[in-house]
Amino acid sequence: MSRPVLSVKDLTITYNSSAGPVPAVRGVSFDLAVGESLGLAGESGCGKSTLANSLLRLLPEGTVTSGEVTIDGQDLFALSPGGLRAVRWTTGAIVFQGALHALNPVQTAGRQVCEPMHIHETVASDDEARARSRQLFERVGLSANLLEAYPHQLSGGQRQRVLIAMALACDPQLLIADEPTTALDLMVQAQVLALIAELRKESSLSLIFITHDLSVLTYVADRLAIMYAGRIVEQGPSLDVFQNATHPYTKALAAAFPTIGDPASRRAPSGLAGDPPTPGALPPGCPFHPRCPLAEDRCSTIEPDLRSSGPGREAACVLI
Amino acid sequence: MSAIVSLRDVSVHFGSSRAVDGVSVDVKPGEVLALVGESGSGKTTLIRAIQGLQPVTSGEITHTPAPGARPAGSDRSRGNRGVQMIFQDPTGALNPRQTIYEIVAEGLRIRKESKDEAARVARALSRAGLRPPERFFPMYPHQISGGQRQRVVIAGAMVMEPDLLLADEPVASLDASIRGEILALMLDLVGETGLSILVVTHDLGLAWNIADRVAVMYLGRIVELGPTEQILGSPKHPYTRALLSVVPETNRMEQQILTGEIPDSRRIPVGCRFHPRCPLFQSGTLPDEVASRCITEDPDQLDSSANWSVACWAVAAEGKPEDGSVGA
Ligand SMILES: Nc1ncnc2c1ncn2[C@@H]1O[C@H](COP(=O)(O)OP(=O)(O)OP(=O)(O)O)[C@@H](O)[C@H]1O
Ligand SMILES: Nc1ncnc2c1ncn2[C@@H]1O[C@H](COP(=O)(O)OP(=O)(O)O)[C@@H](O)[C@H]1O
Ligand code: SF4
Ligand code: SF4
Ligand SMILES: [Mg+2]
Ligand SMILES: [Mg+2]
Repeated sequence: MSRPVLSVKDLTITYNSSAGPVPAVRGVSFDLAVGESLGLAGESGCGKSTLANSLLRLLPEGTVTSGEVTIDGQDLFALSPGGLRAVRWTTGAIVFQGALHALNPVQTAGRQVCEPMHIHETVASDDEARARSRQLFERVGLSANLLEAYPHQLSGGQRQRVLIAMALACDPQLLIADEPTTALDLMVQAQVLALIAELRKESSLSLIFITHDLSVLTYVADRLAIMYAGRIVEQGPSLDVFQNATHPYTKALAAAFPTIGDPASRRAPSGLAGDPPTPGALPPGCPFHPRCPLAEDRCSTIEPDLRSSGPGREAACVLI
Repeated sequence: MSAIVSLRDVSVHFGSSRAVDGVSVDVKPGEVLALVGESGSGKTTLIRAIQGLQPVTSGEITHTPAPGARPAGSDRSRGNRGVQMIFQDPTGALNPRQTIYEIVAEGLRIRKESKDEAARVARALSRAGLRPPERFFPMYPHQISGGQRQRVVIAGAMVMEPDLLLADEPVASLDASIRGEILALMLDLVGETGLSILVVTHDLGLAWNIADRVAVMYLGRIVELGPTEQILGSPKHPYTRALLSVVPETNRMEQQILTGEIPDSRRIPVGCRFHPRCPLFQSGTLPDEVASRCITEDPDQLDSSANWSVACWAVAAEGKPEDGSVGA
């Protein structure tokens, strides 16, 4: 097997807030092979963005991390500032959550796409950068005349394509996309998903795709990791996990996205009572137990680890 | 049975922009009607017009309060209090400096209906699933969860005992787990109070979960209308078919990803407004006499009294959908 582009071992991330430590990620491990696509899902606050941002060391000052992250063979936490700079954009690039609204309003889309190339000196000249941005626009399905457009002149779908073009500017091996389609409507979402599928087909790009919409992940991700309260509680091949969830939390999440035509979900929306836990005040034992329909007495004392739950699959539940 | 609200050839234009461009549809008592379509299709403008917040350019909107949908003795003299609205983002809709009690009572206070205020607020909160209601009276929005906030928004609408609830993407900003709870609440409200709901969404799974009928909107016009099972099971209009094909959970269909985005409502194409993106028209397989109509004649509006109705020349040429009619 080839070396994974990314390897995460027992990663914990604790924010320091005025109200005390916030353990946002509590022991996450996974590998991402070259060309592989991993989908990360879970309710808001479960730690998805924290995990994503940590992979390029983009967390706020004062945040405490432990564990190991190896990116393209290098120990992320041992990188010098220069080494880190080289990793960002050129090894891995992130499309941030909500970035749709964060493009610079007074700069043209084309200039913004050129910026990372200049910073990382992946191009020798302005002309080369411009030529490359033209290529990138074509690659993400934007017409070249939009290079001169300002963000407010672009639709949501077009802005998302600009962000993807920018992320691809320095030809990274790993693309991390944090909720890139959440703000888009159905048809534009389909266009962006098709674009990402095509980019992956063209190259050996590895992908981490974050969303709370499990059904989207069955389309873009080879493998799925479901997070709850800062941990991965289930992982495996995406369609398999979506259709035959074993963890009670995954089951509830998957049921929230009905299959159109399925009589079982007709006039029968399915949800999950209660709220996601707050990282600062996790319930003891399995953090899902206050909401779990299958909880037993022991669930309030034991926090289960991931265990094999089938071919290529793992889940963290005492029932497995 | 007469409709709660009846729209006849309603248009809302903003200068040269035809946001809503000839819509006829009825919302029946006790039904959930889902209005689906891409961004910019005019959904929000249409429900603002129904609520009376947006004057119509032409056409007519008639609101007939449902008999018995509200306890006798309530004041019906004030405009359309029977039509209430809930929005996508519960956090933005709630004043952070007001208690839950004040937020829910606000509609009553604006209408100076101080009689039994506390009892009515309590009833609305418990109807929205916030029980015991008194526990929530003194709380502020930041002290409750996102799902509970959307319940407060719903309670604020229900306190007016409306017969029509307009919901603009009511669960789009909520977590997947909470989504089902809020949708179930909406269904319960229909069952318990006889309320009708017009829900705007681009989530077809939501329509499958709660809607009796689906209206598909494209560029200011409803292009297909019918029972949920038919519209989501065997859609006729090429636009509906394309929409359904890209729902991630329906892998059974070949994806028809439409290129580009919905055109600007200032430049609605002549002929069938969908023809520049219509996969059927663009495939070149339509008989000449149909294809020439696509680019020259606007398909008529739907027959809002029919069970299932489609505005498309190709569908019209093929014959009527089962016990329905085509708008052509
Ligand atoms: N006040 C306004 N002035 C000018 N044009 C407007 C105005 N409000 C809406 N429009 C235009 O009308 C069309 C329909 O807008 P509307 O907001 O109703 O769409 P929508 O379906 O609700 O979209 P979304 O799902 O993005 O909210 C769009 O082309 C929009 O630009
Ligand atoms: N800068 C920060 N300081 C303190 N807590 C934070 C910070 N950023 C995120 N958190 C907390 O960490 C948890 C995980 O957040 P996040 O990774 O953004 O979740 P998600 O992306 O899954 O919605 C949340 O409880 C959030 O409030
Ligand atoms: S460990 Fe217990 S509470 Fe946790 S998911 Fe499994 S059954 Fe539910
Ligand atoms: S009328 Fe013609 S262009 Fe319009 S939807 Fe039907 S086939 Fe397509
Ligand atoms: Mg996030
Ligand atoms: Mg809208």
